[in-house]
Amino acid sequence: MPEEALVDVRSVNFSYAAGRRAVLEGVTLKVPRGRMVAIMGASGSGKTTLLRLIGGQLRPTDGDVRIAGRSLRLMEPGRLYDLRRRMGMLFQFGALFTDMSVFENVAFPVREHTGLPERIVRDLVLMKLEAVGMRGAQRLMPAELSGGMARRVALARAVVLDPLLVMYDEPFAGLDPIAMAVIGELMRKLNDALGATSIVVSHDVVECLRIVDYVYLVADGAIVAEGTPEAMRRSDVPYVRQFVQGALEGPVPFHYPAHPYEHDVRLAPGAGHA
Amino acid sequence: MERTTIDLWFGAFVAAGFAALLVLALKVGNLGAERSGETYKVQARFDNIGGLKVRAPVRSAGVTVGRVADIHFDNQRYQADVALAIDKRFSFPKDTSAAILTSGLLGENYVGLDAGGDDAKLKAGDRIAITQSAVVLERLIGQFLFSKAQEEPAASAPAAAAALPQPPGLKK
Amino acid sequence: MLERARRPVQALGHRVIDGVWRTGSMARFFALVLASSGTSLQRFRLVMREVYFSGVLSLVIIVVSGLFVGMVLGLQGYETLQKYGATESIGVLVALSLVRELGPVVAALLFASRAGSAITAEIGLMKVTEQLSAMDMMAVSPMSRVIAPRFWAGVISMPMLAALFECMGVFGGYIVAVVLIGVDNGAFWSQMQSSVDFRYDVLNGMVKSFVFGIAITVIATFEGYDAPPTAEGVSRATTRTVVSSALTILALDLILTSLMLRGGT
Repeated sequence: MPEEALVDVRSVNFSYAAGRRAVLEGVTLKVPRGRMVAIMGASGSGKTTLLRLIGGQLRPTDGDVRIAGRSLRLMEPGRLYDLRRRMGMLFQFGALFTDMSVFENVAFPVREHTGLPERIVRDLVLMKLEAVGMRGAQRLMPAELSGGMARRVALARAVVLDPLLVMYDEPFAGLDPIAMAVIGELMRKLNDALGATSIVVSHDVVECLRIVDYVYLVADGAIVAEGTPEAMRRSDVPYVRQFVQGALEGPVPFHYPAHPYEHDVRLAPGAGHA
Repeated sequence: MERTTIDLWFGAFVAAGFAALLVLALKVGNLGAERSGETYKVQARFDNIGGLKVRAPVRSAGVTVGRVADIHFDNQRYQADVALAIDKRFSFPKDTSAAILTSGLLGENYVGLDAGGDDAKLKAGDRIAITQSAVVLERLIGQFLFSKAQEEPAASAPAAAAALPQPPGLKK
Repeated sequence: MLERARRPVQALGHRVIDGVWRTGSMARFFALVLASSGTSLQRFRLVMREVYFSGVLSLVIIVVSGLFVGMVLGLQGYETLQKYGATESIGVLVALSLVRELGPVVAALLFASRAGSAITAEIGLMKVTEQLSAMDMMAVSPMSRVIAPRFWAGVISMPMLAALFECMGVFGGYIVAVVLIGVDNGAFWSQMQSSVDFRYDVLNGMVKSFVFGIAITVIATFEGYDAPPTAEGVSRATTRTVVSSALTILALDLILTSLMLRGGT
């Protein structure tokens, strides 16, 4: 990709504690400005960890993450917070603040980071809520919203300060097909309207391939394939084929690694004595 | 709307807390009766102060007029030197006497002041000349039993027991 | 044989090590809370909100328990003092036991189980639902925005609640002794006033409850912040808040009382 990369992940290794199993191994990826990139993979493949590394919530054990040319590796907390003001993140289940109304949730980053007068805060919040179609729900509490609506409010909150980079952690998890399509549509529209860059972590193949520009496929902590959605659909690589088509048979086995079945049920000769 | 109710509750809560502290200070505690700073100090020597403690009341005619400010041992005279902080509102004649008394039979010790007839008044730093030491119950009982035993050996034991609740000289 | 003996010893060792480790991280956490208190003091409304949740909402239990404790003290004290013909001292007994010990300690125990557990559960749930993470990603420190206001609210509320508890207790004692039993009203109050010293008794009691307030809120916020992000983790953390707060209060009470008795009189 020729465009300038906003996010640049360079051969990152990561494990949660020294000596423990590596969650990520030698991951390298680039996210160009203005694009929407998906990081896809099965559950437990390390894609959420990768997102947290990009957001600076975790530090790589090895390698480096650069955002807009600045390395996160040794960045002090104050600088990191400055950087995060220009990032938005949509969490898996929205992570709305349960003690605040919808309006206050969206207003939260504005109030915290800007000294804008109440009237402007109001206009800004209502504009974003209107964009996600939730203006009518501004007085409701998060507990009164359905999963899809909560996700839309969280999306409004993530983009209220017009971030450079928006990160989505499993934006489609637990949604019905209609809500899923709505969220997907909104993500794409907001990305283009704001001129933002988006990273989507998801295992939802259909919806993801429909909206993103580029896909990285992660398996067992490493990137196994990358390409445009079209290329992924037509790929001959067995793993990609299995993942995209959701096939039972393929390189990813159905069974959790185990001894031979005969061994456990004591059919194998000599198993009884062992 | 919500914000103003929080403010209201916070204000009411803090006010209630301070009101409670005020009640504790004035109604439960002794802050209401005492005016610290408006006292003058006089000294008194006692042969024995019994169980008198710093901050014990100083009473005259049963009314609290001050507090014991300090107690220390005078190594020249082998006596206890007691400083009394007396409320400025009250003044006493120069020949006032001080005694260490007990409230009730087993109660706390306090200093009792008996006003004399002198025209001159006690001033700060003055010394009360006439003092009477604490009555030590054990000594008193010992003396009593000893004298009883001398008079009438046979009846001494029950008489002593009967007399115990009110030994002579203990009540003022 | 050896194997069977080893297991309990091992378990004990693990618990001790775990305890030491937790104490250490709690101390570090406390320092961090103090360091991130700037925002709460600048934006005091954040603290006021939490005072409402932990202090104002604890009022009912504090007031009612204070009244009951005072009444029981009045009854029991009367029973005992009657034997010595010293029923006038009932006011002293009720007031001194409340102001010195029962007020700060019982109010703190109630506060730990009413507000402390709520703080732990709330912070734990915020962690489970990624609200703390979300805040962190919005470049708002959960430490200064969520933890510190709750800490200061607890520190402010605790002495207030203890004072209210003590007042209600004295009032309860008054109802039982004077109104119901018929102890002389004047003797009740005057004996109380001559024996309860504001500085040595009342203020020392307030110092105690201030220290308890710090201990409870540090424990409650730490347990919530440290809870494993699962339903079970949060429920265990809530239990642990109540248990370790109670133990800490009683241990601190012993230490503070011995320090104060040495300093006073």
